Order: sequence, then C-alpha cells, then structure tokens
Amino acid sequence: MNVMPRASQWKELIRADRVHGSLYSDPAIFEAELQNIWYRTWVYVGHESEVPNANDYVVKSIGPQSVIMTRDEQGRVNLLLNRCSHRGNQVCSYDRGNARSFTCPFHSWTFANDGRLVGYAFPDGYEGQDKSQLALGRVTRVESYRGFVFGSFAAEGPTLKEHLGGAAETIDRLVRTSPEGEVEITAGFLKHRVKANWKFILENECDGYHPAFVHSSIFGVADSAIGKLYGGASTALTRDYGGGHTEIDLRPEFRKRDAPMSWFGTTAERLPDYAARMNAAYGDKAAREIMIDGTPHVMIFPNLFIAEIQMFVIQPLAVDDSVQHVTALQFKSAPDLNRRLRQQTMGSVGPAGFLLADDSEMYERCHRGVLARNPEWIYLGRGEKRERTDEHGYKVGHVTDEIPSRGIWRHYRELMEAR
Amino acid sequence: MLSRESDATLLNAVTAFIYREARFQDEHQYEAWEALWTDDGVYWVPANGVDIDPEKEMSIIYDNRSRIALRVRQLMTGKHHTQSPQSRLRRLVSNIELLDRQPGGDISVASNSMIFESSLRDDTVWAARNEYRLRHVDGELRMAYKKVVLVNNEKALFTLSFLI
Ligand code: FES
Ligand SMILES: [Fe+2]
Repeated sequence: MNVMPRASQWKELIRADRVHGSLYSDPAIFEAELQNIWYRTWVYVGHESEVPNANDYVVKSIGPQSVIMTRDEQGRVNLLLNRCSHRGNQVCSYDRGNARSFTCPFHSWTFANDGRLVGYAFPDGYEGQDKSQLALGRVTRVESYRGFVFGSFAAEGPTLKEHLGGAAETIDRLVRTSPEGEVEITAGFLKHRVKANWKFILENECDGYHPAFVHSSIFGVADSAIGKLYGGASTALTRDYGGGHTEIDLRPEFRKRDAPMSWFGTTAERLPDYAARMNAAYGDKAAREIMIDGTPHVMIFPNLFIAEIQMFVIQPLAVDDSVQHVTALQFKSAPDLNRRLRQQTMGSVGPAGFLLADDSEMYERCHRGVLARNPEWIYLGRGEKRERTDEHGYKVGHVTDEIPSRGIWRHYRELMEAR
Repeated sequence: MLSRESDATLLNAVTAFIYREARFQDEHQYEAWEALWTDDGVYWVPANGVDIDPEKEMSIIYDNRSRIALRVRQLMTGKHHTQSPQSRLRRLVSNIELLDRQPGGDISVASNSMIFESSLRDDTVWAARNEYRLRHVDGELRMAYKKVVLVNNEKALFTLSFLI
C-alpha cells in the first residue's frame, strides 16, 4: 500500500522557507524516516549514570523499538535489541534492574548481558549449531559523549563526534555547570504522550517565537523572568549548527544581567554550597562566568533536547503518536541545586506541567490542522532576510526567528535523499 | 478509640466531603476546590509506581500549598490552552474507607476513582487510587494531603491538565 517516496520527491516537499504538510502526516514518509533517520543516524539512547554498576540495565528505545542498555561485567555499555533470536519474544519485561543475563520466558534461551547466547533449554536438537550466530541483535555502533550514550544502526558513517559537530560544545557547556563536570540522570522519567508527529516536537524545542503566547498563562501568574528572554526586545539568538542541531542561545541576555544563577531564576547566595564548590573547582573568575552563562538550550537532532534544567528524549511511535520522556538534570556533587532542579522540572514538564501541557496542546492541534488540504504548506520564513553568520560560521538570528526549523529541514532533506 | 457509631458518622462526613471535592473538580470550580486545602496541603501524583520518593524522583504532580495556588491561578487565567476549552469531566468515586488514625489526629481516608475526560484530543478514561489526610479546621473538614496513584502511571500518559 505505502509507496516509498522517491529521492526526487524530497526537494518538491522541502523548500528553503516552507515544507509540505504531508511530511507530518503521511504514514509512508514516517516509514521512510525510520529507515533513513532513526535506523541510520546517531540517536540518543540513555545516560551512563543510569547503569552505574556492573550488570545494571535499563530499557530504552530507538523509535518504536525497545532497546536494553546494559553495563556488562567488563564495564562496557551495550545496546541490545529486546527481541529473542529464537522466535522473537521480548527477553526483558522490566524497566530496569541488575542482571547478568536475560532468560527468554518463551522457551528459556538465555543471553548474557552483552548479547551472547549462553544456553538453550533442551540442548539436544541443536547439535552442531553455532551459538554465536544466535546472539541478541545489537545496535551496530555505540558511542558516548560525556556520559550521553548514542547508538547508530549503520555500520559505516560519521563518528559520533563528527555527527555532533559544533553542537558538542553545548554538551561541554552543560557538564561544566557541575562542580565535577558530570551530569547524572537519576530522577526517573515522566513519559508524556501526544497524538502528534514527532517533528512538531522537534521544531518546537527551539522555537523561540511561541513562548510569549503559548505560555502566557503561566508567565502571567508566576513571577518568572523567562518570558522576557523570548520577547521582541530580547538579544537572545537562535543558531543552526548544521547536522540538524539547533540552539536558542540565551547567554546574551544572561550576560546583560551579569548575575550568577540568574539563568535559573535564583542567586549564588541562595545556593551557597553549590557556589562554593564551583569556585573551588574552577576558580572564582571562571566559576562566575559559568554561573552567569548557565546551561544550554539545545536540540541535538533527532531526539535529545537539553532545556537548561531538563532533558527531553523524543520517541516516535507512529506518524501521529509520540512520547516525550523528560527528567530533571542532576549535577554531580550539587545536592542543593539538584533539589531545586527536580522541583522546578516537576512543576513545568510532564503531563501536568505548567509549560509542557500547553506545548502538547499545540503539537496536537498542529497535527490535526495539517490534515486540512489547503494551504498545503507550512511557512517557515520568519527572519530569513536578517539571518547572519556568527564568528564560528553558524547561522544565527533573533530568538524569535525560524532559523532552527530551516536548519532541521535542510538536514532532514539530505538524510532522506540519501539512499 | 471511636465507637462504631461515631465511625459511621465520620464516614458520612468524609464521604460527603469527597463527593463535594469531586464535583468541584468536575465542574472546574477552582477557587472552591482550593479552599478545601489546609495551609500546609500537599498534592501528590506519583509517576512510575505507588511509592517512589518524591524528594528524589520525578512525580507528575508534587505541589506544596503555594504551588497548588499557582496551579489554580494558571487555570483561572482562561489562557491555559490545554484547558481552553475546558475538558468535560465526570468521575465516579467509590470504595471510600477510613484507614488508621494519624498521630496528629488527621483522618486517613482512601478511595478509588474512575474519571471520564472528553477533550479536543479525544475521550480518555483515567483510573486512580486516592489517599487523603483530612483534618477538622474550624469545624470543617479540609484536605492536608491528597495522593493520586494513577493505575497506569508507569506508562506514557496523555496530557493531564484538569484537577485529578
Ligand atoms: S522465543 Fe525466546 S526462547 Fe523461544
Ligand atoms: Fe513551549
């Protein structure tokens, strides 16, 4: 039924300042994305701190597929597909745990936590069989960057470092906000489901045009300085790193404020332990700069969003069904900061969050909207005439400009045209 | 210890309180609902199980009294898009039981609820186990604590923007 789109089709659907609505709603395009994006490029899977000890595991995903992230006895992180090599049963049915091996409940084949088949029930009948041919499927390549574990199903292609390109520096900026230079993912996830295409979420993460309107209900009643960052008078920037990675750079605003921890709506005085540890770790001058600049607001294509205090992982399940997994970032050796990070995250995101509930409403309404036939296009031209190149060669524009969306679609087209 | 009779009287009062709370929630009477709380109220909707530690792990809602007030204020703006238009709601509350007495004299109560929500997205059914600590304040019952354990809180949930 579904005809795979032709290579030549993408340039008809994706233009510099607009994209065709069917890109969000056509099931055949969703299938093509699974092949060309989710099962080919680097996708964020989990964080090393989620499996701190030997034999720890946690069940994650790449698109609709269930992936078990394990730490084996050698301390190596593996990404195994949750699919028995016998008849396909899921070998792991718990979200997390500690296990040396996984025994399939169907016919009791047992796999080590590095994927090797170590035994089958009633081994007679398998004479001469080479067990190594019947291991659990693996995500072909696994690499991590500063604790963030990514997987790629492609045997060949850019390294993770090449894939991240300039956006790697945003992760550096994130981890240096920790006195020990490490982020930990230990607070558990909220899983928020929406009936919308995943790309509405992807684009929304670095859309600085909407907050003033979508989030006015909370900006109006909470005394929050976030609203102003996204106003017409803001000096904050949007940036396109290439590779589909995009950022809202709020540092110009925070530097104007010149107040440590203002990025988090607080002061260094209210977090004396954290400030002291930062000063000890980096020296007073550098610590002050880090505490002024704050953490990044960056969308690592296609699914890892770091939003200052939170991490979001986008999971597409079907063309119109997506989940955002969200958690508070935790910085190693910063308990006083971490508590606030959790409290603010719980308030703002997840199914009942002050912010995310309204974003989710927008994705869902957009999704229903693009099913209408006319106009067929989505217009993304805001700020096209005023975009410029920064000192590193990346395109930048005003915080409310649609540079991120245009960058995402440029990269998307390249991926989809590749055979 | 309370006698059997006064237990029955208390259960009647508690049941009336819980039904009234349910009606305020279903009918978006936000201020009336907020007035049911004590000054130290805690409103908790855990994620990923029944007994996570909300001081260490993410909850769907973990509001102290001032955040309850903020939640209500956001709803009252009329600009909380996910509640414009408002969800249409009806809930059934049942299995109301008095549990053990709390040390401070608070009344521990448990109930089940099944909530039908009709919103722009679709119709959604929610089911939960509720635990309350109620307290007599100036001769009236008030909520000092409400914990709502959604039956499916380990799964990915659609937006939950009404008062559960
Ligand atoms: S399906 Fe797993 S052992 Fe048969
Ligand atoms: Fe938003």
